[in-house]
Amino acid sequence: MPDAPEKTIAAVLARHKGDGTRLMQILREVQEELGWLAPETITEIARGIGWPRARVEGTAAFYSFFHTRPRGKYCVLWSDNITDRMLGNRDLMLALCKKLWLEPARLSEDGLVSVNTTSCTGMCDQGPAVLVNYRAITRMTPERVDQMAELIRNQVPLDEWPADWFRVEDNIRRKDALLDHGLVPGEALAAAMEKGSKAFLDEVKASGLRGRGGAGFTTGMKWEICRDAPGSAHYVVCNADEGEPGTFKDRVLLTSYADLVFEGMTLAGYAVGAQKGLLYLRGEYRYMKDALEAVLARRRGEKLLGSRILDKDFTFDIEIHFGAGAYICGEESALIESLEGKPGRPRIRPPFPVTRGYLDQPTTVNNVETLAASCLVARHGGAWYAKLGTAKSAGTKLMSVSGDVERPGIYEYPYGVTVAQILADAGARDTQAVQVSGPSGVCVAAEEFGRRICFEDIPTAGAFMVFDESRDMFEVARNFAHFFAHESCGFCTPCRVGTQVVARLMDKLAENHGSPYDIDEMFKMHRLMQGASHCGLGNSACNPLFDTLNKFRPAYERRLKSLEYEPAFDLDAALSQARQMTRRDDAGAHLSNED
Amino acid sequence: MSENTFLLDGEAIPFVPGQTVMQAAKAAGKYIPHLCWHPEFKPHGSCKLCTVKANGRFVSSCTMEAAAGVTIENRTPELDDKRRTLLQLLFVEGNHFCPSCEKSGNCLLQATAYDLGMMSPHFDHFFPDRPVDASHPDILLDFNRCILCSLCVQASEQADKKNVFVMGGRGMRGRRIIINSESGKLGDTDFAASDRAASICPVGVILKKRVGFAVPIGERKYDQAPASVVEVTK
Repeated sequence: MPDAPEKTIAAVLARHKGDGTRLMQILREVQEELGWLAPETITEIARGIGWPRARVEGTAAFYSFFHTRPRGKYCVLWSDNITDRMLGNRDLMLALCKKLWLEPARLSEDGLVSVNTTSCTGMCDQGPAVLVNYRAITRMTPERVDQMAELIRNQVPLDEWPADWFRVEDNIRRKDALLDHGLVPGEALAAAMEKGSKAFLDEVKASGLRGRGGAGFTTGMKWEICRDAPGSAHYVVCNADEGEPGTFKDRVLLTSYADLVFEGMTLAGYAVGAQKGLLYLRGEYRYMKDALEAVLARRRGEKLLGSRILDKDFTFDIEIHFGAGAYICGEESALIESLEGKPGRPRIRPPFPVTRGYLDQPTTVNNVETLAASCLVARHGGAWYAKLGTAKSAGTKLMSVSGDVERPGIYEYPYGVTVAQILADAGARDTQAVQVSGPSGVCVAAEEFGRRICFEDIPTAGAFMVFDESRDMFEVARNFAHFFAHESCGFCTPCRVGTQVVARLMDKLAENHGSPYDIDEMFKMHRLMQGASHCGLGNSACNPLFDTLNKFRPAYERRLKSLEYEPAFDLDAALSQARQMTRRDDAGAHLSNED
Repeated sequence: MSENTFLLDGEAIPFVPGQTVMQAAKAAGKYIPHLCWHPEFKPHGSCKLCTVKANGRFVSSCTMEAAAGVTIENRTPELDDKRRTLLQLLFVEGNHFCPSCEKSGNCLLQATAYDLGMMSPHFDHFFPDRPVDASHPDILLDFNRCILCSLCVQASEQADKKNVFVMGGRGMRGRRIIINSESGKLGDTDFAASDRAASICPVGVILKKRVGFAVPIGERKYDQAPASVVEVTK
């Protein structure tokens, strides 16, 4: 018999010392115990942290993984990235719904189960993927769907489901300097501390290391600005939100190279003068918690974390915070808002996080891969590292390859590798296009496969989704349009409403009701959102449309109903509700179209 | 050009260090269209109507600090065209029926749309399902008209120290004003008709009960003078 809800809430609040900045963790832990966040639960939490109740509800309502309505004993979420779709996730989801006598997105009458979609869960190389009660399951098949329906109907606890379902593979296909680092825990840190923090920072600057999250800001410069910024404390934040659909390299780094990542965070702390590091891990990777905590505990035991690290005058420790299903939190200032217990809304900048970040103190936010790579700089020096890659892109890059290839997985290359090379290594055939860097990145067509992965040509966070000749690039773009409409934080008008307008226009085209006028409308929204949006999400939300419209225009044009204007209103579609209510779908229940 | 001035549509505008472009422009009697900005409160920067081009780059003038020598484009055809589109997006996002709205003539959204020459909503309406809250004895909340400007949030937090309104949720279908009570009803809060937040709404969400149409339509604020005049003198 579980404890009374008040006891559970009190215990969680005590664990977090009633600190409102830890609201995300409080909400998640309470929900894990109680199933959902009932109105009285939110009131109780608000009282415990001394916040206005509405502010707690505001945060709870922002994140997809928090439930302010009953969610059922089993909550099944199908990853809905285009790569999952290409592997047939829609049919599998509908099959599961049918077996459970359920409509998608609706809680079953008995409150047992709900089935819905969610944004990419980072398992693109082993999809179709699902989250069941926020635990990751990979490689779904029709057989597994049948079994899952049985397990749910018989109310079998998740711990008793086949263990094999929860297996997540690394799928490392090519290693280079980073994945073949050969370092033992503490080796890089000892080397840096031997040099001293200022000299180590100079090495990082000399290495030319740049941020791996896509924007490519020089790491050494970021650390230096942060170090020099006045503040009562400095912070290191590792951005492991990895929400860009098609990216899964951070998952692999944190699974099999966690020491390297934590050591990189410690190095950053040493360089900027921080005592605290925060790993912001996406909620989809909740399953990693115990393993990561174990690595942290071991490193504390080895004097690589905690007070007097390596017996020197340096104190640093790391804490793990989980996100809760919000792509926008990959943006560094939104991530910091989330770390402070608030909705993930990008801040007005300047000031930038390096001078005023977490708790308004100087904060360096770095990507998982950047921090891991800094270990190589610490161990081998800046000059050694600068020789890897190209002139303006030092080092190597992990690529998350998925889609129409024989060998999906992680490929590490020195910067400057061509798209064609990656395709050849991954066993891609009849490739039509590659979406590099996810929906907000660029769509590369066949004649551009000679282009290179580097900041001089195609900068990327590492997503590399491959589409062969059989794929419909319009459907790819439509999937991305819906992704952005779902993930827009809603703060600014152009992105909040614009992403919805674009998604609706794409649906209109998909239903063969479009006209060239609608395509012009999409270009117009692209221009508006690119200029007027508050942050990068809105600025880049129309990139996939723009790219595919320019490079694969026939995929759009064959959908156009006429070359004149077509209204969005479809009289026959408007009757669908009446048909559902009367259970009729015969010819007489449809309007015949004159054309 | 003297030290503390910037160029706004070719005209030198003086500023005091620390002022935003919006503040300096208003002080000089220059109108930059806006909805979520209010001189009493911190800039929010969300409606994006005040987007200008500073040295060729798009930026929100309400949050950008004025700097000497910057060249700013404001009322250009390109920018006013974007503003009209933003207004249209706001009109189709909510349920705005001006002829039956108590705020008609006092509504900044309506007045700005007139001023910028918005002739139609252009986009298909979303017709969202937004509830009305009549639980409070003196105040009616009609969220159909909400443009998510956050002014009530700021007024309740900063002026009234009550936090009756908080912005929460995500995206067009989720973002909304959350009322600070377990029932979610205004009647269960300590909100009062005398609160600053009760009179801050630029559109017709927060309405005082029993005073409807006290001033006839035709004699209201923006009936007397257009937004471009009212908004630089308020």
